[in-house]
Amino acid sequence: MAEIKNKTNLSCTVNGRASDNIVSDSLLLADFLRETLGLTGTKIGCDGGECGCCTVLIDNAPQHACLTLAAKCNGKAIETIESLSEESRLSAIQRGFNEKLGAQCGFCTPGMVMAAEGLLRTNPDPNEQEIRAGLASNICRCTGYVKIIEAVQSAADELKMSGQAL
Amino acid sequence: MNEIKPSQSIGIRKSLVDGPEKVSGKAKYSSDFMPIGCLVGRIFRSPVAHAEIIKVDIEEAKLLPGVKAVITGDETDEPFGILPIARFEFPLARDKVRYRGEPVACVAAIDVETAQKAIDLIKFKYKELPAYFTSKDAMAEGTVDLHDHRPRNIEREVDFELGEVDKGLSDADFVIEESFNCAEVCQVQSEPHAAIAEYDAEREFITVRASTQVPYYDHLMLAKVLKMDEAQIRVVKPFVGGGFGCRTESLNVTLICALVARAANGTVRLTVSREETFITHRGRPETDIEMQIGVKKDGTITAVDYTAIQRGGAYSGYGVVTILYSGGLLFGLYDLTAVRYKGFRVLTNTPPPGAMRGHGITNVRYAFEALLDKIATKLKIDAIEIRRKNLLKGPNYETLNEMFINSYGLPECLDWVEKESQWNQRKGKMGKFRGLGVACGHYISGASKPVNWTGEPHATVHLKLDWDGSITILTGAPEIGQGSSTMTTQCAAEVLGLDMSRFQIITSDSKLTPKDNGSYSSRVTYMVGNATIDAATNLKKILIEAAARKLDANPDDVECLGEYYSAGSQDEGLTFNEVVTAALEGTGTITVKGNFDTLPESWGTKKYRGGAVSGSMAYAYAAQVVEVSVDPDTAEIKVERVWAAQDVGKALNPLSVEGQIEGSVWMGMGQAISEGTLYHNGLGITNSMLDYRVPTIIESPPIEVGIIESIDPNGPFGAKEAGETSLIAFIPALTNAVADAIGVRPTDLPVTPDKLMELMEKNTNNAKSVT
Ligand code: FES
Ligand code: FES
Repeated sequence: MAEIKNKTNLSCTVNGRASDNIVSDSLLLADFLRETLGLTGTKIGCDGGECGCCTVLIDNAPQHACLTLAAKCNGKAIETIESLSEESRLSAIQRGFNEKLGAQCGFCTPGMVMAAEGLLRTNPDPNEQEIRAGLASNICRCTGYVKIIEAVQSAADELKMSGQAL
Repeated sequence: MNEIKPSQSIGIRKSLVDGPEKVSGKAKYSSDFMPIGCLVGRIFRSPVAHAEIIKVDIEEAKLLPGVKAVITGDETDEPFGILPIARFEFPLARDKVRYRGEPVACVAAIDVETAQKAIDLIKFKYKELPAYFTSKDAMAEGTVDLHDHRPRNIEREVDFELGEVDKGLSDADFVIEESFNCAEVCQVQSEPHAAIAEYDAEREFITVRASTQVPYYDHLMLAKVLKMDEAQIRVVKPFVGGGFGCRTESLNVTLICALVARAANGTVRLTVSREETFITHRGRPETDIEMQIGVKKDGTITAVDYTAIQRGGAYSGYGVVTILYSGGLLFGLYDLTAVRYKGFRVLTNTPPPGAMRGHGITNVRYAFEALLDKIATKLKIDAIEIRRKNLLKGPNYETLNEMFINSYGLPECLDWVEKESQWNQRKGKMGKFRGLGVACGHYISGASKPVNWTGEPHATVHLKLDWDGSITILTGAPEIGQGSSTMTTQCAAEVLGLDMSRFQIITSDSKLTPKDNGSYSSRVTYMVGNATIDAATNLKKILIEAAARKLDANPDDVECLGEYYSAGSQDEGLTFNEVVTAALEGTGTITVKGNFDTLPESWGTKKYRGGAVSGSMAYAYAAQVVEVSVDPDTAEIKVERVWAAQDVGKALNPLSVEGQIEGSVWMGMGQAISEGTLYHNGLGITNSMLDYRVPTIIESPPIEVGIIESIDPNGPFGAKEAGETSLIAFIPALTNAVADAIGVRPTDLPVTPDKLMELMEKNTNNAKSVT
């Protein structure tokens, strides 16, 4: 059986809730979220850093959960796709993706939405070029991106109109 | 109550019925199921491309604590494969391995680390054989056969001549020929392959969830390789992260997962890596094409003569169908009177390709459209005009290979792209290093003969109406992201005049939903859409009869307004819920079904062996104009803009249709300019999403979509294919645009900067040597 691994105390917040766990030093954040916490909204689409499906926010910044060691997240605030809907209502970005057909198969979507969330938090009024740059680490194989760009634009517009900033 | 109207769902932009689950992260894909106690599977793969297996020693691996099962090719001697005539692949290799990365053994263990340790303990002894990585090498004299029953490594040879080709060529004023090479490409769908199998030893029953486009074919193949009764198997398709054809046949991943779960007497989750997903492959084969087209001075085509050679990988898969499509589907786009085709499907020591989006015809269409463009330039005929010159004399047209064309919106597609791209004003006046190109394509709306002929209808849909007034659609049609569940709901809602929110849909669970052949060859909208309309019509009849009883009226006088039923003469009608109560009286919950079958005249030709392949109830058409710029220093191509018109019969959901067309164009762009697999001695060296060069959001062009509606007489509300045709048209439209931009014509795909630079340099040198 697997020999005793080096373990670390991991205290962080995940989707606003305190999470205290002992994790193996080699555990990836993506596996910690999916397997330890059961947050399977975060997807794994590649062997490391290629696709962006695993994008989560760490202290507000979009990061690849598949390239991040869980043990390195001590004291950090981690947010996943599961945190965005409030009382089971979609967030503005999620609504944009749903209404504009920014999601077809939906496998890239959690990562796309989190990348967009990170983008709109720092830049609430991005132009098309900035949206493209903000989502450049995320691959979608279904949509051709046209409707993803529209989805993010419409979410930004909605947030602007309603005077909410992320 | 005069204002009550039936709800309309067809032709309206609808977001996906399963969209909220996807955008909220609630949607569960195969690898998201992690029941407590679930084991992890891991595959040991062949390190060599071609070898005789001497021994797979798993003794030490088995003894490792935490390992619950290790299986090899000894686990099953039943081969699998999509085509009944070509089943010679085993889930785990027996006797021989035939490509690098072929599964040899599988471990089920308590966690990934343990599974990997066990894999490292497996000792694989083999004797290497000569391996062939190109079609040419595999077909050469004196090669070792990959399979004893396929001499010279030819999987299938197709040879037909329809019409008088030699006469056509000699009657031509002008004959032009060219060779093309199209690199092998892969779907690179977002979700890597995954399966989870739960074996219940007590009941000898297995439940398998898998990322698949064809749960029914999986069911058949699971029964075969497990040697279990079909009734002891339940196949469920969870959410699936894209397909594009990579999952239109049973994959070894699914079968191995079930085999190892049974061996371990437990539940095993087998999620393979991206690299393994590339190795599992089933993409589009590398294709070499030599084509000759004869034309009259006015651009009328007199004959086409061509050969296509496909590097088919180590096993057949869909190979025979692919090489047949490459011939049969040349027809149906233009009026062709003489065609000779020779196709070779070759077995090589590379991973097996499959039925990728635009199956079988994409590369041949590329060659044809590129050549047609070249002819137009030579004859100084406008590139759109030469296509108009050769249009079918249809609809109501029968091709040489007996395809029936009942709807044909290609002329309107050409008109649309011509106008929207301002073709006439801009073509030829784009300035240096900028160009416009046009091309067309078409594709089937489902194969009219299924690969497994059982005598059942092509599609069956159930509708369950219960006391609460909700209707559940039960369909085996696999929703894989293409929007089939939304389409089905729209069809049912439209017929019954109800809002879509009255419906729930349950898909692809073999113990609940009626069998369906699967999501491939663009069959679902046409076939399952029609079956849904049939089911909803049957339900409506029951409801009208119930309303008539209640209202004491003649059923013919009852009008269904969706939420309200009224009898002509009476003031007071019935609400939908009252009608439901009336309908359930004495019978209880109602389940109705609807079917769809293809018409015999769509079953293809008997003029040559395999002519049934390419027969379809309807064909979708596309014309595309692509605008490019080429960087003179780096030879990098930038797609500036795309105008994509597609005749989809009727856009049931214009939003979805746009999404399909945009996705197709973009995937075509990948194949055209950057994508291609590479192997070094059989080792895949492009097995990551970075090395394989999928375009990103940065390179993605603006795409204008033109929806053309020709209303197919047999399609559901007139609809036909929407998700493949535009991919086919993009590739030649791009290379034609490149030719317009720089005056040299690329022939080999993908048109990468290094290849294009070489062409440009050659061209300048030639120009210099002329002056
Ligand atoms: S899973 Fe692909 S980048 Fe993390
Ligand atoms: S929606 Fe399928 S990969 Fe993006």
